[in-house]
Amino acid sequence: MTSALGKDLLGLEFLSSEQIRLILDTAEPFKEISERSIKKVPALRGSTIVNLFFENSTRTRISFEFAEKRLSADTVNVSALGSSVQKGETLVDTARNLEAMRIDMVVIRHGASGAAQFLADRIESNVINAGDGLHEHPTQGLLDLLTLRDRFGELAGKKVCICGDVLHSRVARSNIWGLKKMGAEVAVCGPRSLLPHGIEEFGVTVFERIEDAIQWADALNVLRLQLERMTAGYIPSSREYNRVFGVTRERLERAPHDILILHPGPMNRGVEIDSDVADGPHSVILHQVTNGVAIRMAVLYLLAGGRPELAEAAKGGAR
Amino acid sequence: MSSQRPILLRGGRVLDPSRNIDDVGDVLVSDGRIESASGRIGSHDDAEIIDCDGCIVSPGFIDVHCHLREPGREDVETIATGARAAAAGGFTAVCAMPNTDPVTDNQAAVGFIIRQAQRADASRVHVIGAISVGQMGERLAEFGEMVAAGAVAVSDDGKPVVSAQLMRTALEYARSFSIPVIDHCEEPTLALGGSMNEGIVSARLGLKGIPSEAEEIMVIRDILLARRSGGHVHLAHMSTHGSVELIRWGKDRGINVTAEVCPHHVSLTEERILSYDTNAKMNPPLRTAKDVEALRNAVKDGTIDMIATDHAPHHYDEKEREFADAPNGIVGLETALAVAVTNLVKRGHIDFRTLVEKMSCAPARLFGLPGGTFAHGSPADVTVFDPQLSWRVDPSEFLTKGRNTPYAGMTLEGRAICTIVGGKVVHRLASDGANARQSRASSG
Ligand SMILES: [Zn+2]
Ligand SMILES: [Zn+2]
Repeated sequence: MTSALGKDLLGLEFLSSEQIRLILDTAEPFKEISERSIKKVPALRGSTIVNLFFENSTRTRISFEFAEKRLSADTVNVSALGSSVQKGETLVDTARNLEAMRIDMVVIRHGASGAAQFLADRIESNVINAGDGLHEHPTQGLLDLLTLRDRFGELAGKKVCICGDVLHSRVARSNIWGLKKMGAEVAVCGPRSLLPHGIEEFGVTVFERIEDAIQWADALNVLRLQLERMTAGYIPSSREYNRVFGVTRERLERAPHDILILHPGPMNRGVEIDSDVADGPHSVILHQVTNGVAIRMAVLYLLAGGRPELAEAAKGGAR
Repeated sequence: MSSQRPILLRGGRVLDPSRNIDDVGDVLVSDGRIESASGRIGSHDDAEIIDCDGCIVSPGFIDVHCHLREPGREDVETIATGARAAAAGGFTAVCAMPNTDPVTDNQAAVGFIIRQAQRADASRVHVIGAISVGQMGERLAEFGEMVAAGAVAVSDDGKPVVSAQLMRTALEYARSFSIPVIDHCEEPTLALGGSMNEGIVSARLGLKGIPSEAEEIMVIRDILLARRSGGHVHLAHMSTHGSVELIRWGKDRGINVTAEVCPHHVSLTEERILSYDTNAKMNPPLRTAKDVEALRNAVKDGTIDMIATDHAPHHYDEKEREFADAPNGIVGLETALAVAVTNLVKRGHIDFRTLVEKMSCAPARLFGLPGGTFAHGSPADVTVFDPQLSWRVDPSEFLTKGRNTPYAGMTLEGRAICTIVGGKVVHRLASDGANARQSRASSG
């Protein structure tokens, strides 16, 4: 089935701004379903969705599961963790098995960049990338866009800085593509050892110092610092990271105007972000979580061939 | 070689840069040797006549760099299948890298490959021995005994020689046997975990990159060690514009350095990986358009001495996996000529004379191998190729067991029509090839 989004959602790099806007607009009516006592609509009744998680991610998996259940889909969770399985064989075999089982949709999280595309190329089902290696995490990017749009009204011209380990972040890539397509100005800030070589070619500004980023930005999307990056030698210590690059209240107070704070979670409090910032008045971190479910409902609904103008009606079907 | 019926290759463009020949004429082969290679010979009693009209008749191509997988992975390739694939690609000789299982690091292992090659009865297979025992990078292998058994060079290819001291010693010691030390240039700490070129594409795809400097640091290190030792360092599979500049620097100073480039590095860029196609994954990786351009110019101006395939067959299902986990390498024996003709000659970067120089004369001369010339009495190793023949690459038709090629489905120009080794025909393009030739004629 080909939808307004095509067969799969693999990344934001290859979506048009119209498609992104469509997803955000479709998510609007779905937001409200979560507020009701009966949080369920029949839009995907009868379809089967497999959540295929090769990597641990409780947050993303639960968010997708809520979205699927609220649309009345039948879901199966498969976690294929463990190093004893040879990864390549598993993915090819999994693809063959899924194809044989006539699954409607697959949500895949995998540690290898390109894994979602690998699967999408081999099966008829719709594939949704829930994070592949260091490549993309499109629904996270979309929920960040929705959260920013909720606050700013319009993304065009807004200045968003992605802070931290951009090199190893799929969230960063999805954010960069999505934000730029929606007309926002994008910057990155972090130690050079955690920025991809030649990141400027993405058309983003690079700030070497977090103080400069804070002077510039309307919003900071603070990435999680994977603690193993220190042992891998990219940075000396989390302590020094916090002192040099941490988003602290003290630093934010010197900003010329209020700055929205986003974080994809889970947070290392006291490392990339201080608690009083994470829980402070400008933090929209919990709002992101709420929007995550609505965005995933919109993506599932659209990929299943749901017509955008009927999203409102689909919502009404619950009554 | 036993005496065979003479062969008269008639009416082709005879191209032998080693003797400055470029004429339409005949080549006569008898008793496994070149009898004559100039002018019209006309008819000859009892010779088999092969019509070479429209084709180039050149000294046989020699590939100084391929992986034949035997012993250890005979399911992926054997010396026999590799030698037949070589013949089909127009190569009359190939040099087999020693990273087999077990590693070719002693005289018995060298002898085994030579015996298997004789049994295969196709293209010649020369043996490259390991630099270090087990390619472990610790102790020198027995170069002297391996050379006595028939090895023509040494290399730890597949792995860099991490120890500069070991590389220095290898270059010094190899002088006693007048063999090149072939260098797989890769600084391992910079390359660690990388699966493609480091740059904008790797950043987009979220794949860990291998920076150009991983190659260039070893290139300059080993050029300097060649200067110190006086040994002959041969740099395998050069891939960056920086390497080209460093080689030029070394050659300008008279340092004994030679270098090869692979057809894929002068025809494809990192963009080929945008769909995570593991058939475009190799080491060193495909680089940028700027690198491709510099390498093409280096082939033209002589900075790069030869074209080698780095033929590296893998099993289909080993490539059918996540990009970062897939093995490196592509097959090349049966596409090298066409890729070079299509991308270097037809685009005006080099002429056919230079192509033959890079694929035949230079490998023979610089590695001290038989062939590479039509001098009277030299081994009758001949490649006849049709420079106009366009054909579609269909891996299922390959004679190599490998199917891993980024050129699948592409239409390329130039194909070996006939390959002669020691006066014996080891490859003739089959009837479907004749159909293809007809299609060339009808399409004009
Ligand atoms: Zn190599
Ligand atoms: Zn090799």
